[in-house]
Amino acid sequence: MDQRTRLLEAALYAAPRPLALDELGILDAEATEDDWKKALAELKEHYETGGHGVELVELAHGWQILTLPLFAEAIERAAFAARPAKLSAAALEVLALVAYRQPVGRAEIEEIRGVSCGGVLRMLQERGLLEVAGRSEGLGRPILYATTPQFLELMGLADLSDLPRTEELAVALRPPQTEP
Amino acid sequence: MTTPAGALNAAANGGFVVSLERYTGPLDLLLSLIRQEEIDIWDIPIARIADQFLLAIHALGLDEAAEYLEMAARLLRIKAQMLLPRRGDEEPWEDPRHELVRRLLEYQQIREVVDWLTAAARRRADRYSRGYLPQLPDQPPPPLELDLRELMEAVERVLAMMPDPVIFRVMPRPLDLEGANRRILSLLAEHATFGWRELLGERASIADVLSALVSLLELARRGQLTIVQPRAFTPFEIGRGPAYQAA
Repeated sequence: MDQRTRLLEAALYAAPRPLALDELGILDAEATEDDWKKALAELKEHYETGGHGVELVELAHGWQILTLPLFAEAIERAAFAARPAKLSAAALEVLALVAYRQPVGRAEIEEIRGVSCGGVLRMLQERGLLEVAGRSEGLGRPILYATTPQFLELMGLADLSDLPRTEELAVALRPPQTEP
Repeated sequence: MTTPAGALNAAANGGFVVSLERYTGPLDLLLSLIRQEEIDIWDIPIARIADQFLLAIHALGLDEAAEYLEMAARLLRIKAQMLLPRRGDEEPWEDPRHELVRRLLEYQQIREVVDWLTAAARRRADRYSRGYLPQLPDQPPPPLELDLRELMEAVERVLAMMPDPVIFRVMPRPLDLEGANRRILSLLAEHATFGWRELLGERASIADVLSALVSLLELARRGQLTIVQPRAFTPFEIGRGPAYQAA
């Protein structure tokens, strides 16, 4: 690996979160975005072919070094690291809705789910998975919510386009059949 | 998702009813009823499903939850609309179930995204990132610059904010240092060593204990006595110090 790839590896190792391509530019002003892309590809290849316990993963608009799933159980058994707390079904429903409809207000979420969700929204904000993305122009200027990079991190997504497209889901929203 | 059948049986047998968050809402319950009955979502037998919904929310103890009641009312209204005779073929008939089906499908789609997200989160949880999260050092507070007058003013402002300041009157209770001194010296004259218990005697008051302690430390400072703890956790022994002079 050349010097830049090794610098990349060191930076990714030191950072407690995924690093985005444009952040890498701060490391070395002389390197272009393409240089970093090359370095990322080289490092990814290095981990994949060299027999390592970690790999380079594209996550939350950035890149992060993560352990291989193969070792998850052993690491958890030894209590060296903890998995994040599981979310309730209600919390996942709200996240799913916001992920697809953001920015979206509480009224729309409640309309679709058929239940109130103030508590769930607050909890998701406290966990940093949702954030206020502004206010609607509508009556009362209700608060609009959006997902955060931490949401992408928790779900292991590089960005929102990794979510399945609605037409790929088993039940796509079809107009009801016309009467026979 | 568990079926409500178990809960129904439990209620019928007079058993306990679990109304925990088994369903995330009325749509969730309705969908699971539809799935359980293997009903075609495009042709819901609304009378049957409305009755079952009412039974289920009663069995689950949800019949006081506004959201479930609202759905129950909606189902009953659709049921009534279905019973109305249709007019001639010229006028297009709008199926009163249409809106419900649209909502159910929309909700079903959300459930599928939830399943997808659950699987994605599980895969992600199998990969650990480095656990170390550095604590950013707190900025040291700027040096405090204020004089006594400002401090007193601040105190008064704080006191003024308190609705009814609780003020304790502290009763002065002087320590009898001289008496304690005399007692220690007389004990030293009688015994080469003695213990804390002998010094205090029975039923010592707090003032006695404090007086004895202060005198003891003061006499030790002057070198008139030594305080030695022979071993860990044993009571300490008080003995004559290098500067001890018999009274």
